[in-house]
Amino acid sequence: MLSAELLEEGQHLMAVCNSCRYCEGFCAVWQSMETRTVFEEKDLNYLSNLCHNCSECYYSCQYSPPHEFAINPPKTFAKLRVYTYELYAWPGPMAKAFHRNGLKVTLLTVLILVAVMTSASFLLGGQLFMTVHDGNFYKIVPHSVMSIAFAVVGSFSALALLIGFLRFWRNVGESYSTLASPGALATTAKDIFTLVNLDNGGDGCSYPQENSSESLKWFHHATFYGFLSCLIATTLGAFDYFALGQHGPPAFTSLPVIFGTVGGVGLIVGPIGLWIMMQRRNEEIVDKSQNGMDLSFIVLLVAISITGLLLLVLRQSAAMGSLVLIHLSFVMTLFLTMPYGRFVHGIYRSGALLKWSLERSRQAKSKASA
Amino acid sequence: MDDLSGFDVLVVGGGNAGLAAALSAREGGAKVLLLESAPQWFRAGNSRHTRDLRCMHDAPTKVMSGAYTEDEFYKDVLSVTQGKTNEHLARMTIRASTECTEWMGSYGVRFQKALGGTLQLGRTNAFFLGGGKAMMNAYYDAAYRVGVRVVYNAEVVALRVVDGEFQSLTALIDGKSTTVVATAVVVSSGGFESNLEWLKEAWGPMADNFLIRGTPYNKGKVLKCLLDLGMESISDAREGHMVAIDGRSPKFDGGIVTRLDCVSLGIVVNNKGERFYDEGEDFWPKRYAIWGRLVAEQPDQVGYCFIDSKAMGKFMPTLFPPFKAETIGELAQALKLPAEQVVETIKAYNDAVQPGTFDHETLDDCKTTGLKPAKTHWALKIDQPPFYAYPLRPGITFTYLGLMVNDRATVLMKGGTRSKNIFAAGEIMAGNVLGMGYAAGIGVTIGTVFGRIAGREAAMQALNPQAASLATPEVAIHAVR
Ligand SMILES: Cc1cc2nc3c(=O)[nH]c(=O)nc-3n(C[C@H](O)[C@H](O)[C@H](O)COP(=O)(O)OP(=O)(O)OC[C@H]3O[C@@H](n4cnc5c(N)ncnc54)[C@H](O)[C@@H]3O)c2cc1C
Ligand code: SF4
Ligand code: SF4
Repeated sequence: MLSAELLEEGQHLMAVCNSCRYCEGFCAVWQSMETRTVFEEKDLNYLSNLCHNCSECYYSCQYSPPHEFAINPPKTFAKLRVYTYELYAWPGPMAKAFHRNGLKVTLLTVLILVAVMTSASFLLGGQLFMTVHDGNFYKIVPHSVMSIAFAVVGSFSALALLIGFLRFWRNVGESYSTLASPGALATTAKDIFTLVNLDNGGDGCSYPQENSSESLKWFHHATFYGFLSCLIATTLGAFDYFALGQHGPPAFTSLPVIFGTVGGVGLIVGPIGLWIMMQRRNEEIVDKSQNGMDLSFIVLLVAISITGLLLLVLRQSAAMGSLVLIHLSFVMTLFLTMPYGRFVHGIYRSGALLKWSLERSRQAKSKASA
Repeated sequence: MDDLSGFDVLVVGGGNAGLAAALSAREGGAKVLLLESAPQWFRAGNSRHTRDLRCMHDAPTKVMSGAYTEDEFYKDVLSVTQGKTNEHLARMTIRASTECTEWMGSYGVRFQKALGGTLQLGRTNAFFLGGGKAMMNAYYDAAYRVGVRVVYNAEVVALRVVDGEFQSLTALIDGKSTTVVATAVVVSSGGFESNLEWLKEAWGPMADNFLIRGTPYNKGKVLKCLLDLGMESISDAREGHMVAIDGRSPKFDGGIVTRLDCVSLGIVVNNKGERFYDEGEDFWPKRYAIWGRLVAEQPDQVGYCFIDSKAMGKFMPTLFPPFKAETIGELAQALKLPAEQVVETIKAYNDAVQPGTFDHETLDDCKTTGLKPAKTHWALKIDQPPFYAYPLRPGITFTYLGLMVNDRATVLMKGGTRSKNIFAAGEIMAGNVLGMGYAAGIGVTIGTVFGRIAGREAAMQALNPQAASLATPEVAIHAVR
């Protein structure tokens, strides 16, 4: 449940901002706020996910602390956002455990998976520490095992994310039918792929510090497209295996390897950049309770990429067996924790952008008919 | 505090006018020291509460729509000041206002695109992206970049002037008295609106009930000091911008969010439960500025605006929620007003309301007959529960009593001679243009125009006194950058 305190903080924020409106040029939050006079929990849940934490408003605000009105939009929105992550998570209790001890839970999961897989490999007589001269991972973990395990975990993850999204969508006052709006979907896709909002009209963000910078956008791009690229690599790999029957290790020049390598580099540069920026953030606008969640997401992405790239280089060596197990454990942990960690911001933020796009066209329509 | 000697130009007060002066003095090549009495977070006085400035333009610009000509602008100044303005200075300000947004932009100040803007002032005014604090942050960043030295917690308490020539000033820097010498000084330390004693001197005991909308730091110390040193004054201690704001606002620094826009949609009574002025006289933005005085003249300096459900949602949201009740009587009681009288007043008003077609966008034909005072527009019966009310108090924006200047921002002395090296910009001299009344956004315009001139003149006085004494007014207006 949303604590009375945080609800009040959110409503106080909106009361001050909606009677001020100086920030209306900054981002969609303010334009969307102006169409409301009442701010219930559902409105705050939506608006907080519409905020992308650029902090421009904080530095521009004549009412930030020590002013007695003491408002801090990015921080209040951050606290509300993490509350929404728990609210929409499925199954709910998982999210709580994760938010309290993000990094610990993540590392524990990785360890357990490594242990389970190692023992399984020994039990099944796997060639864990031998040099597999053709560099074929599937001699370590048979392809069928890998496929089934990832199909199960992947489907679970996808289902959990979908349920979370639908819960968000209903909670912020939309119906399932409004999801089928091609125009709004297209606008939202464009917003997501270009990160146009992080650009602030070419001026960059007040993140990590007051002076505007484009770094957030570029590191986010690296992470986002790195992730996409790895997904593409995996899909292509599966296609090669099943459709083309290529069962050996893919060539260095094959598409899965190229996409995987580019994605892996993106997923090292992006998250590490974001982590460095986290260290430089203005403490005043940070909800520190979220550090564990952020860090675990970053650690996972970087660990996956590093082990993945190492695997590519060392696939002919004796280290390959252990590397495969570690890499797969990280990947599996990512999938398992995705619905409960920082990854969901992408889901709810996309949802919020979609709703914002719908709101705009509704406004345009009601203006036209008035 | 390390060495504060060797500066050419001192700027006293770091609001919009002060930063414009400091940057402009740097453009002129001067070494500039800016003394700001507030700590860093509270820097930029009232300027950090602003949202827009008013600018003349003959064709649409990136940040303003349509055109706003010199004559129209001047007509607006004449109408709000009822002629109490210096035409030469006003027209000069108006002409120079055409350059303001571009100049500000060159120092990183960002504007909203044309159109936008909550007050539909998009034609006459340019809106800062993120408001006045964002604007001032950009200015301060620029000042650091170009090498203006800024000292916070530095309150100037005295100036030494001999025969109209500034010699030095005394500032309390972190509480320690420090004397600073320079060749020229620009005073841009605002009015005296936050000086409660001075307000009381001017207004009498009623001043105790005034709220100050902006900074607590504009105490008028520099103004008083210069007036005592024989500078000529302009306007009057009781003139200024005073509006009716929410009575629950903080004593200082409540800023824009304390405004109330519902007066023209309802009626206003004093604490005896009686109406006292035509709430529908004209559009609210045009009447905004007279209601401060109207409320100030009422007993205990309070008013109460009553509206009904029909009015809800037709005005800007308010910071404090309205009082609310199902009957007028209960509402009056909640406000500790004489309930019977309020019920009586509203009944008399409702009975006097004539049928008409309500339109808040025009001066409509909804009015009362036979009522004193009449409500001449937007008069709708107050009859749909629940009923709502807001308490009102006078809120001072800034005072107009100031230093008389010429078109080179030079401070004039009693008898009409010019001071040699004292220049003024912003609230401290706004009374030269605004003898009374106010047109939204003109405060920043005056500060920017005179700040730029003051900075350039001060630099010239410091580095090239001969040229300074020869410069003509036209040069003073247009020789920029
Ligand atoms: C809520 C509010 C909204 C407003 N909105 C607008 C608007 O949208 N558009 C508009 O044009 N105008 C607006 N105004 C008016 C506008 O703020 C002023 O006209 C303008 O900002 C004045 O600029 P300034 O530099 O003269 O004064 P200020 O910005 O007040 O700066 C004066 C500075 O001097 C410092 N100071 C004072 N005394 C001393 C001393 N002894 N020693 C050293 N430093 C000192 C103060 O700390 C302060 O920083 C608004 C005012 C308020 C209160
Ligand atoms: S963050 Fe501050 S300046 Fe921006 S709209 Fe809210 S109150 Fe106004
Ligand atoms: S932090 Fe940035 S994105 Fe969030 S509300 Fe403020 S301006 Fe908008």
